[in-house]
Formats: sequence, structure tokens, C-alpha cells
Amino acid sequence: MAKIIVITSGKGGVGKTTTSAAFATGLAMKGFKTVVIDFDVGLRNLDLVMGCERRVVYDFINVINGEARLHQALIKDKHSENLCVLPASQTRDKDALTKEGVEAVLSDLAKDFDYIVCDSPAGIEHGAMMALYFADEAIVTTNPEISSVRDSDRILGILQSRSRRAENNLEPVKEHLLVNRYDPVRVSKGEMLDLEDVKEILAIPLLGVIPESPDVLKASNKGLPVIHLQESIAGQAYMDMVERFLGEERPHRFLEAPKPSLIQRMFGGK
Amino acid sequence: MSLLDSFFRRNGHEEDHSADTARERLKIIVAHERSTRNGPDYLPAMQQDIVTVVNKYVNVNPGDIHIQLDSLGDTSVLEVNVTLPG
Repeated sequence: MAKIIVITSGKGGVGKTTTSAAFATGLAMKGFKTVVIDFDVGLRNLDLVMGCERRVVYDFINVINGEARLHQALIKDKHSENLCVLPASQTRDKDALTKEGVEAVLSDLAKDFDYIVCDSPAGIEHGAMMALYFADEAIVTTNPEISSVRDSDRILGILQSRSRRAENNLEPVKEHLLVNRYDPVRVSKGEMLDLEDVKEILAIPLLGVIPESPDVLKASNKGLPVIHLQESIAGQAYMDMVERFLGEERPHRFLEAPKPSLIQRMFGGK
Repeated sequence: MSLLDSFFRRNGHEEDHSADTARERLKIIVAHERSTRNGPDYLPAMQQDIVTVVNKYVNVNPGDIHIQLDSLGDTSVLEVNVTLPG
């Protein structure tokens, strides 16, 4: 039975697509057949982060409209045998994303894949609602910043009242918190919300903390999910998160600011 | 900043603590939004109608009318608080 996981946040620019790419890649690296779907109709970007933008022929909406078969629209990942990408449409009207259409595609995918990762668009409009509606689990991606935390709380309310599981009185969507772009140096200076503050306010189980890292931009420049960069702290934190998701015990890392050396302290360096 | 200054300042920066302000603001707004989240769909429209009715008789600022729906066990209490101009 395939599991459907939505990567959501409410707020834009917090790292949903980066997380979707890294998380889906991580699941595939662990041997699970995984498909990652871009729900951001009109603003397709997952293809760029996954490095497959030149191989898009058909998209999600084409499949829903019956203009292409599912296997024609799925793009096989260059690096991971087990991973496929289903790109969003770049031009069509987002109303084409019908609930029945999405459901039909998801149930077709469920026959061939272990995990279906849904990359939600920002906001709480139709595309975001469709991305979360069928989810079994949700990874709420949050930056340690007030508007992001507030919007995450809003999304949690929607998951609890407007998802398929909520509407049908099934077991609720399993919620996970992913804190992204965490900067322990700024936290230690009192400039950034502490991890404990975010956890306390949102009150859902913590799946991972991804440290702020220049490697994320470098990886997206190349179209390589950052989880492939095993020497990068962001890549390692994403792999920890995937392993935790799969039930392994992993301590949270990269939460403390590195201690400045004596020389740095003498000269007031950062 | 002189070398001597930076030598005596422990980490070479001033503590900011704006994160404390962020945390307090967030706690308040999130608690407020959660309390209205499970309210009935008709509530905003009813609030608007109440404001209109009150304004038919007394000229008050919409901000001076506070309407709140609270649940107490199996009953709900609709509380309307109007601050009349002096």
C-alpha cells in the first residue's frame, strides 16, 4: 500500500520544493520506489531542482485530461533507479487539477510506488488544497521566523479539518515538523527563534532540523537534490530526516553554534 | 571598533533578543487564531450584521464592537461587547 506524503507550509520560499526533492531522493536511495509530484500548476520548479527540466514532455494535467498516459509523463531520475518525477503543467489553468483527476492519478501511482511525495504550492488555494487532500502524512516545513510559523499553524488547522482523512472521520493525517534554514549562530545571539520555541508553538513531533547552508543554493544551481552532497551538513540533516521517517533513531545534529576559537574571540570575529 | 574594544567584548557582538519579542507575538496570535479556527462558517457574516444593526441606532466604531463565541461544555455562549461613545 503506497503512502502519500505532502510537503506543505502555507508560506512560500521556506524550502518545500528543496525538501520534496531531497526527501523523495532519500527514500529512493533507501530502496523504496518513490514518485515526487509537483502540484504547483503554472509555476513548475521541482523539475529544475531535480535537474530534469529538459526532459519534460507531458505533465500532471496532461495525464488528468487524458492527453497522455501516466508512464509517458513520469520522468525517471538520473541518479536513483527507484525515483520518478511527475512535473506540473507550466501553462494550463489550475482548475484542471480536479479532485477526481488527482485521485485517479494517485491511485494509479499507488500500484507501482511505495511512496508518493506531493510538493505543495504556497498558499491555501486550490493547488495547495489538492496537494494535501489525499495525504496520509504531512511534513510541515517551517522557517524559524514568525510568518512561517503562523502559516504552518494555519496549515495544520486545514489538515485537521479539510483533508480527506478529516472529512471521512478516518485516522488523522500524521503530522511531522521540519524546521528548515536553522541558523544556530543567530539563535545564540537571540536574533532567531529557538528550535524549542517553534516546537512549543506548533506542538507536533519534530522530524528534522535542516541547518542554513550555502550548499542548498549550490545544489539547486546544478539541479542536484542536496541530499546527494554527503559532505554537506544540509545533505546529512536531510538523510537523518529520511532515516527518522523510516523509523530509525537519529539524534538531531547541527543545533549548536560552533564555539569561536581563542583568536576569533580576541579579535571579535564571528 | 578598536582592537582593544573587540578584545574586551566577549563574542564581538551585541545580544539582540528580538527572538524573544517574536516568540511572545507568535504565541498570542497563534492562540487567537486557533480559538476562531473551529468557529461556525456563519460567524463572520453574523458579526458584520450585528455591527450594521448596532450602527443603525448608535454611531460606533466597528473596532469598539467585540463579538466572541465560546464553548462551555455542550453549550456555546455568544458574547457581544459594545463600547458606546461617551
